Amino acid sequence: MKTLEELRAIRDKMKNQIDLREEDKGDRIRVQVGMATCGIASGARPVLNKFADLVQEKGLSGKILVTQTGCIGLCQYEPIVEVLEPGKPKITYVKMDAGKAEEVFEQHLVRGQALGKYTLATQDIK
Amino acid sequence: MYRSYVLVCGGTGCTSSGSLKIIERMKDEIKRVGLQDEVNVVETGCHGLCALGPIVVVYPEGTFYSLVKVEDVPEIVEEHLLKGRPVKRLIYDEESSIGPKSLTDTDFFKKQYRIALRNCGVINPEKIDEYIARDGYEALGKVLTSMKPQEVIDIITKSGLRGRGGAGFPTGKKWQFCANVPSDIKYVCCNADEGDPGAFMDRSVLEGDPHAVLEAMTIAGYAIGSHQGYIYVRAEYPIAVKRLQIAIDQAREYNLLGKDIFGSGFDFDIELRLGAGAFVCGEETALMTSIEGKRGEPRPRPPFPAVKGLFGQPSILNNVETWANVCQIILRGSDWFSAIGTEKSKGTKVFALGGKIHNTGLVEIPMGTTLREIIEDIGGGIPNGKKFKAAQTGGPSGGCIPAEKMDIPIDYDNLISIGSMMGSGGLIVLDEDNCMVDIAKFFLTFTVGESCGKCTPCRIGTKRMLEILEKITKGKGTMDDLKKLEDLAYYIKDNALCGLGQTAPNPVLSTMRYFKDEYLAHIQDKHCPAGVCKALLSYNIDPNKCKGCTLCAKNCPADAISGTVRNPHVIDQSKCVKCGTCMDKCRFGAIYKK
Repeated sequence: MKTLEELRAIRDKMKNQIDLREEDKGDRIRVQVGMATCGIASGARPVLNKFADLVQEKGLSGKILVTQTGCIGLCQYEPIVEVLEPGKPKITYVKMDAGKAEEVFEQHLVRGQALGKYTLATQDIK
Repeated sequence: MYRSYVLVCGGTGCTSSGSLKIIERMKDEIKRVGLQDEVNVVETGCHGLCALGPIVVVYPEGTFYSLVKVEDVPEIVEEHLLKGRPVKRLIYDEESSIGPKSLTDTDFFKKQYRIALRNCGVINPEKIDEYIARDGYEALGKVLTSMKPQEVIDIITKSGLRGRGGAGFPTGKKWQFCANVPSDIKYVCCNADEGDPGAFMDRSVLEGDPHAVLEAMTIAGYAIGSHQGYIYVRAEYPIAVKRLQIAIDQAREYNLLGKDIFGSGFDFDIELRLGAGAFVCGEETALMTSIEGKRGEPRPRPPFPAVKGLFGQPSILNNVETWANVCQIILRGSDWFSAIGTEKSKGTKVFALGGKIHNTGLVEIPMGTTLREIIEDIGGGIPNGKKFKAAQTGGPSGGCIPAEKMDIPIDYDNLISIGSMMGSGGLIVLDEDNCMVDIAKFFLTFTVGESCGKCTPCRIGTKRMLEILEKITKGKGTMDDLKKLEDLAYYIKDNALCGLGQTAPNPVLSTMRYFKDEYLAHIQDKHCPAGVCKALLSYNIDPNKCKGCTLCAKNCPADAISGTVRNPHVIDQSKCVKCGTCMDKCRFGAIYKK
């Protein structure tokens, strides 16, 4: 290593991994993936990993916290993903998969536009 | 890429309570459930809550598990990592009524301000990349590419940083002295010979963040014009030694040590030297003599090491914790640092809490925090509802702070004004069950054993003082002894060759200053108020409470208790060895000490 730029390249590459270990100060967007038995059985793991990978790839660990949560009781709608942004109402996405996760990441988490078509509100609850 | 990190403490405290086995089992279990590509297990440095180790923290949630056993690992993996349900029974719970907390929510961490310990418990100390991710070597890069040596010294001087090893000498001034001496060969040394009983912050920094010390030493090398550094670390710290060597190797590999660092033309390298465990080798001249391969004995100053130090060349020596502050000051500026702390003591200080306190461990607090805040808020108070009597700071060179001085803001000058000293930061909490004469005796026994024997006041003087203390604790002391003890103390203070001898009488002087009544009780009433000094107490049986169950007599190792069934028993004082077994065994509270 001969330059400061080389040092910074290593830092930037590693920073997201370390940011993941920062204490949550409540200022990050929380993405909670339901990972109870019902969630896992209906395929929540690829969803969780998709979010976790995308956030780190795009260097957003300092802004978005991807975490798991338990069963919220709507098992037939799993995998469920909740997006909690400070100061905004909670958005709940249902029946997710890795592809939809990517869409939610691009549209909602990056551009700030909630994807109505996957939310609980648009589903027909009987 | 990992979605979650499991940080397991690999400091000496947690390692000795089995954290390495936990890491191994954790990796096995994670593999068993097929999460090895999603969850990464990281061995970190100390978090500071050593009493609650082994400690495991799971990110991104920051869930803080304490007192984890190997058997708990499968549950953490299956419940938390696989299903996202934190294992509530293992979560550290300060009040036990409030729900699960994350690490920084606890009172223990809330009042702390971490500069020297900023990376401890966060990064894997054996990976230089993780240190770099936390702005590591950025300060060195900044210094080598954009600053002149004098500018570096000016920043450190202006920040007000003072030596964290004990005496509190201004670091910038020390560097300036050395920089002013013209010489082709100079040395930068790091004092990692942490010898005060009860202090372990330097070990923690070396184990948790070794690169911070290497980087700071390289910066100092540039500032004073040196090309070689030595870290004198005690061999009793095997984990620290291992991680330092790994860190040095990695830094060399990245060319952050070696020739032409950052293409600036500046060369610097660091080597380790292991200490063999002599306390006196923490004294600067003795330490340098020891690095030279000679017997570790101090020599008179001047000449000061800044003029004539290691191998007869101008040298600087700073303590590990001092080094750990340097890079942050360079990066964040002297104004940032000098805004923390009190008028004459800037920044933070790490204390090793020990003795009669709930949260045994390491805390870093801004200078000027009161002892009450440290003990009651951060330390969690005194266990078993006992009363606080005193705090001992500065190890065998320091003194006691009594309860009435608890609200004094802690900094270098305040501690000296009340007869103690900052020392390296050991803080031992004493409660009503501690005898102050016995405490003074404990520290003096340590100094007598560690005196190198070179100068007479220390070699013979401390021995005589110890003999007088022993006489007092056996109930044979006279008022004349007390006077002699004090005279001797001041004589040694004035005449000993090095800091070890000059400060050795401090524990005696400060306990005599604040707890004279205890000395008097031992001498005049032949009584130890705390019930510690064995020669002065006797165990007795209250005949009104004794039911004659014979349990005490059966358990007495010296056959000192006699009596018949259902009749009150009696202790034969001539046979009693005062072990206290009878008192522990008695179900009726019939046995008392006096």
